[in-house]
Amino acid sequence: MPKTDPSRSAPGLAEELARLEEIVRKLEAEDVELDTALELFEEGVARLRAARERLVAAELKVQAVLEEAGGDLRLTDLDA
Amino acid sequence: MTLSLSLNTPSVSDQVWSVGRLNTAIKALIEGNFPPIWVRGEVLQCKVWSSGHWYFTLREGRSQVRCSMFKLNASRAGKPPADGTEVFVLARPGLYEEKGEFQLIVSRMLPTSAVGQKQQELERVKTLLQKDGLFDPLRKRAVPPYVSTIAVVTSRDGAALKDVVTVTRKRWPCARIVLVGARVQGEGAVEDLVRALKLVNRLPGLDLCIVGRGGGAREDLAAFNSEQVCRALANVRVPTISAVGHEIDISLTDLVADLRAATPSAAAELAVSDRRDVLRLVDDLSVRLASGLTGRTRLAAARLARSADRLHAGIEGALESRRNLADRLAAQLDALSPLRVLGRGYAVPMDNAGRVLKQRADFIKDSRFSLRVADGDVRARVE
Repeated sequence: MPKTDPSRSAPGLAEELARLEEIVRKLEAEDVELDTALELFEEGVARLRAARERLVAAELKVQAVLEEAGGDLRLTDLDA
Repeated sequence: MTLSLSLNTPSVSDQVWSVGRLNTAIKALIEGNFPPIWVRGEVLQCKVWSSGHWYFTLREGRSQVRCSMFKLNASRAGKPPADGTEVFVLARPGLYEEKGEFQLIVSRMLPTSAVGQKQQELERVKTLLQKDGLFDPLRKRAVPPYVSTIAVVTSRDGAALKDVVTVTRKRWPCARIVLVGARVQGEGAVEDLVRALKLVNRLPGLDLCIVGRGGGAREDLAAFNSEQVCRALANVRVPTISAVGHEIDISLTDLVADLRAATPSAAAELAVSDRRDVLRLVDDLSVRLASGLTGRTRLAAARLARSADRLHAGIEGALESRRNLADRLAAQLDALSPLRVLGRGYAVPMDNAGRVLKQRADFIKDSRFSLRVADGDVRARVE
């Protein structure tokens, strides 16, 4: 079975949302120290802001890949 | 219809149907109950009308059925078949309302001889791939929930790319689509598709690969049944969706890919989440984050209040005991004060410098001194 490419994109949205879920769960549990709670909250706010910006600001990018004579790959934007 | 129907004449209470109403009802009954089906039979008396439509009879043994094939579909079927040609037709049963005639509306017609050869080849490849485990459900990978880059292996000018782009732009614009162009039909299509699928594995940061094309005749989909294309697809390192747009046929790439979609648009729907749903999830997390912290600080505040109470009580206690001590000391000091003694009628003699005169030698004749009494000093002289 083929393995998924390990050189996958930077911390993805899935990881971001999973971390947020983890933060929220920790905050919702009562045994977290106040200092830790504040740190978690700050991290959560930053991650939420990043996730939202990522979702809202983006515009679909459409490209075509071509293999050049030397074997290199070249990406060009498409008006699709 | 009622059981009390009079067999001689219709009575006022009997329902009398018009022929048109009857035909409409029967038509709905037939057409509402049949999906398109493949029917096998011999063609008889195929007539080509000036409109371009074909009308013929399909016969098998002693049974037969009238068939209509409209211009667009007929033009794709090639030459009208000679009498006795055995064919497969893809058709929907229906009723020609005006004449009340049961008929098949045919959309595809394939001579069984041609199908036979192609079918044999298809079966051969399918068996091979199956033996090698390429259809194994265990090797199916899940599509990641939030993709950022999707490779689309299809023709640069075809409808498939446009459909994928349209759906993705609407649902998940925070993505990138990379077209890996390939011819999808005709000569060179197999080689092109294989090359494109290999190239997909060299693209960095890829989450998903869609391979497909818009709808076409069965012959046009042949490349997607090719053994080389199927093996190249199986070797793609990211999850794959096969979208060979055809509502009836399943191509072998459909069986090899991790997911199968009926059309390229449907593939895009499977590939990407809806941004609105994810934004709702983010909103939900925001609310939970805020109330999580509020809950936590409320708890801390309650604890703090409890400890502040204790602290207050502690300070109060300390102050009280100090105050008692001070009072006690003050009382003792008071008892020791000489003024208290003077209050009882004693007087203290002091010279001009304020020294207490304690013995006879301290008193010199004619010298002046003062007597400290309870309410002040009294001037005095030694005799």
